Amino acid sequence: MKHFLSTHDLSVDEIVQLLELADHMAEINSRAVPKVPALRGKTIASVFFEDSTRTRLSFETAAKRLSAEVMTFSASTSSVNKGESLRDTIETLGAMGVHAFVVRHKSSGVPKQITQWTNAAVVNAGDGWHQHPTQAMLDAYTITRNFGDKESMAGRTIAIVGDIKHSRVARSNIDVFTRMGATVVLVAPDALLPSSIETWNVSTASSIDEVVGHVDVLYMLRMQRERMDESLIISMKEYTDLYALTEKRAARLAPHALLMHPGPINRGVEMQVDPSEVPGSRILQQVANGISVRMAVLFSLLGGEISPVASLGGDA
Amino acid sequence: MSETKSIVIRGATVVNPDAVFEADVRVVGALIDAVGDALEGDIVLEGKGCYVSSGFVDLHTHLREPGKEEAETIESGSRAAALGGYTAVVAMPNTDPAQDNVATVRFVREQGIKANLCEVMPSGCITVGRLGAELVSYSGLADEGVTLFTDDGSGVQDEDTMKRALVSARLANVTLAQHCEVSSLTNGAVMHDGACCSSLGVPGWPALAEEQMVQRDIDLVRATGAKMHFLHLSTQGSVQLVRDAKAEGLPITAEVTPHHLSLLDELLTSFDPNFKVNPPLRTAADITALKDGVLDGTIDAIATDHAPHAGHTKEQPLDQAPPGMLGLETALAVVNTAMELDARKIVELMSWNPARIAGLDMRHGRAIAVGEPANICVWNTAEVWEVSREGLASKSKNTPYHGMNVRGRVRHTLFNGQIVVNEGKATR
Repeated sequence: MKHFLSTHDLSVDEIVQLLELADHMAEINSRAVPKVPALRGKTIASVFFEDSTRTRLSFETAAKRLSAEVMTFSASTSSVNKGESLRDTIETLGAMGVHAFVVRHKSSGVPKQITQWTNAAVVNAGDGWHQHPTQAMLDAYTITRNFGDKESMAGRTIAIVGDIKHSRVARSNIDVFTRMGATVVLVAPDALLPSSIETWNVSTASSIDEVVGHVDVLYMLRMQRERMDESLIISMKEYTDLYALTEKRAARLAPHALLMHPGPINRGVEMQVDPSEVPGSRILQQVANGISVRMAVLFSLLGGEISPVASLGGDA
Repeated sequence: MSETKSIVIRGATVVNPDAVFEADVRVVGALIDAVGDALEGDIVLEGKGCYVSSGFVDLHTHLREPGKEEAETIESGSRAAALGGYTAVVAMPNTDPAQDNVATVRFVREQGIKANLCEVMPSGCITVGRLGAELVSYSGLADEGVTLFTDDGSGVQDEDTMKRALVSARLANVTLAQHCEVSSLTNGAVMHDGACCSSLGVPGWPALAEEQMVQRDIDLVRATGAKMHFLHLSTQGSVQLVRDAKAEGLPITAEVTPHHLSLLDELLTSFDPNFKVNPPLRTAADITALKDGVLDGTIDAIATDHAPHAGHTKEQPLDQAPPGMLGLETALAVVNTAMELDARKIVELMSWNPARIAGLDMRHGRAIAVGEPANICVWNTAEVWEVSREGLASKSKNTPYHGMNVRGRVRHTLFNGQIVVNEGKATR
């Protein structure tokens, strides 16, 4: 694996292997000193052209726990503000000696474009509405580990609720969940679904009430208020009536069902219930798993020839 | 002054509207002097295995001068045209300043004359500054020889403005050429609105945006009786609308680009901005429909929409990079590779018809016959070659065909009786 750009580049076997590697990373993270020398001497540039808190911190923490050097770049305080081009930015950072770029950009495809201007590995940390592949990995990790079947989601029904059309999380998750055998139901108004949804291997529902009682996973997406304002798709009141998770709806979740959300949560919008009051909530577990999964991704890209477990100090 | 040397094109197959036959062709000065067997001349151009026909005419070329000389100049674009077998190109008016006034139109024509590689025919704008509001004086520019008017890059959105434009165009006996795109449906659009677009997560360019304006303009042509040319049609629906309008007898012509006949929207999965173009690459069903339109005469002309962009502008994110791709040097080969067309049909689509639509048919798009102007190209349909962006004469390198093998090549081009391309190389 040279880059980590899209879930579509990974076979199911590769996904399963990566999640197994994340188990080792989770073990490291459970130690008193959660740090191993696996990526000592490697430099990882965290290049965020679009603001992010959790994803950036998650990647940087993952890199540090593997003993990599972290170089931090954010567009708002950089020469991008002086009109520097994408190519020049990447070539300049590359000249400083970077082994991997972790890239977030508001435009779809930028991580892929960047691969032509560097020999370093490129990790997609979210591009436009396109892909957020490490989010899909950490969500798959969370689901498979909770249900105990590490290799498959067969027989599981996962509802993804919210703005599918503009969501990179949805695109990555739908691909991974369906290929791992889950049945995916998208719950959104038509205006927030992509135009060619019939070509995706999913079904749709027009309100959360239709699905909440019989899903194994209820996956809520963040609703961006500005989208609603700019497109006048549907009023916020109508949206929350049909698509928000209320206390009443949360109570209808099956006892084994998981509640997930990629964050940040919009309390009072899509989340009208306190997630800490929902027994099935795995929202904070997702965040913790994100570190293990991102360690696995960075190690797969930069970890060299030796067997992962040995070089991770598995016997420590 | 030296004596005028005669040029003989030896052993090629002449492609004329009424006949296709083997013959040598001799050019003396700016005219064809003889067509026959075993002709002698001072300079001999090998034509064995090739066709010889009137030079190609491109209805749709962006030469970028004045305003964006870093992307292309009239000279570099004219050289690219000559290498593609073109002896005349219609220069699109979205320059800076725009070609909505006599001075700019004259400048473009004169730069073309100075380059002396092909005839550069400036088009005019439909509206002042291409802003879609105030009409340009068509008769004023018609006096400068402008025959084709377009706001290419955007369509004229307002119905009443377009209707008045057609009425004025009819009075001035000029042709309006529409870039069909309802802009309110393509805000921020990156690629064809289909399965691939949904998967890549970029704003879509619906077929409807084109078809709605094609339909509207057909209705306006019916109402006004003015002539209309449709630029770069790209969808199945557009082809059917034009087919029906022609069957009704309306004075409509239409063009298609080589890239819309050959490239699928799926190429954008690479996120390479060299595949971003307006209108966007569409689906296999659209390509099939466009080919059917070419074969049954619904489509009159192949036009390149040659659109150079400086390298750094195509290195931006896909949603910010400007749309457009090079076309002049690859047009014949791409069309010949994409479709099985006989030589006569190729010349009809690339020379005779576009020359007539552009009002250039006194000098271009004519038969290979004694006394005719020597605007000629010699080309084949068999030679396979690999397109390389470094090998192109255009100042920009944004070809979508880099690294692809194509079939068919221009060997020689004569403009006004002068050899501007010899064995596939520009002579100046």
